[in-house]
Amino acid sequence: MIRELREAEPELDVIVIDDGSADRTAAVAAESGAQVVSLPYNVGIGGAVQTGYQYAVKHGFDLAVQVDGDGQHDPLEIARLVEPVLDDRADMVVGSRFARGGGYRGTPPRRVGIHLFAAIVSLIVRARVTDTTSGFRAVNRRAIELFAADYPHDYPEVEATVLLVRRGLRMMEVPVKMRVRETGSSSITTLRAGYYMIKVLLALFIGLFRRYPTLEES
Amino acid sequence: MTPLRISLAAALAAGVLLLVVFELIRSRRLQERYALLWLLTGIVIFVLAVWRGLLSNIADLVGIAYPPSALFILASFFILVVLLHYSTVISKLSDENRILAQRLALLEHRVAADGEQSPKGLSSHES
Repeated sequence: MIRELREAEPELDVIVIDDGSADRTAAVAAESGAQVVSLPYNVGIGGAVQTGYQYAVKHGFDLAVQVDGDGQHDPLEIARLVEPVLDDRADMVVGSRFARGGGYRGTPPRRVGIHLFAAIVSLIVRARVTDTTSGFRAVNRRAIELFAADYPHDYPEVEATVLLVRRGLRMMEVPVKMRVRETGSSSITTLRAGYYMIKVLLALFIGLFRRYPTLEES
Repeated sequence: MTPLRISLAAALAAGVLLLVVFELIRSRRLQERYALLWLLTGIVIFVLAVWRGLLSNIADLVGIAYPPSALFILASFFILVVLLHYSTVISKLSDENRILAQRLALLEHRVAADGEQSPKGLSSHES
């Protein structure tokens, strides 16, 4: 995966966040020439991803691309993801499996969940969002700083999208093709999926009653 | 049947609990993760307080003559579950805290060792 990334986008720095893996993830990643940040114990997807954004803030990155480590996200698609950010048409660009031109087949319950969140988020942000659970994202400096300071827990993608828009940043989707993951299984089993769905729904609902200062105000 | 006043008081208490939990989450003093059990507790008590027939049936089922006692026992049960949940959370936290302390100690040791190996210039005063 890292080799592919470096071949596709040689001018990007590759940072690997190792969320307390017990296997040789960190060593293998370092051998492939990536910067590896190893968390002392598992902090969950949200905390791990936020660590990446904090690294980006510390090292003064103006652009960050978030890619899952399991090979689902094709590095060759990064160029399309980054383009609207570089043109300053969006603060965050999400690679969507469902927007026109993307191709995705998943198990039915998974698709139902993804579409349900898409419908709810579309309502909240008052724009059409098709894939809220995609972790394939490109963000600019403003979004990096926002996420480094404030990022949701556990399965954060849905809430992060809402957070970003409510803080007055621009979000946009670009269709991408996603691949079958090379390694590992989805971290979400059916029971957990139910739990996280309720948790995220609760978070979204209560988020409606929060007042978010836009970045200019804060 | 549960006396009406008890039902009203229980419903009110459950309602207040739900509102407090809601406000704690909204103001970010309580994470959703730790709020779900409280919300479940509040909802169950509220439903049983309002739906008095169901409470009577449950009391009958387990042989409790006085339905409000069933409400009381159920509430105690939920509090027990919340407490048990907190015990697991504390265990996890203390584990993570120990790991952090160990990592910090090892890092400090390494920083100190590096400092001895390559002593910097003595005076680095700032004007």
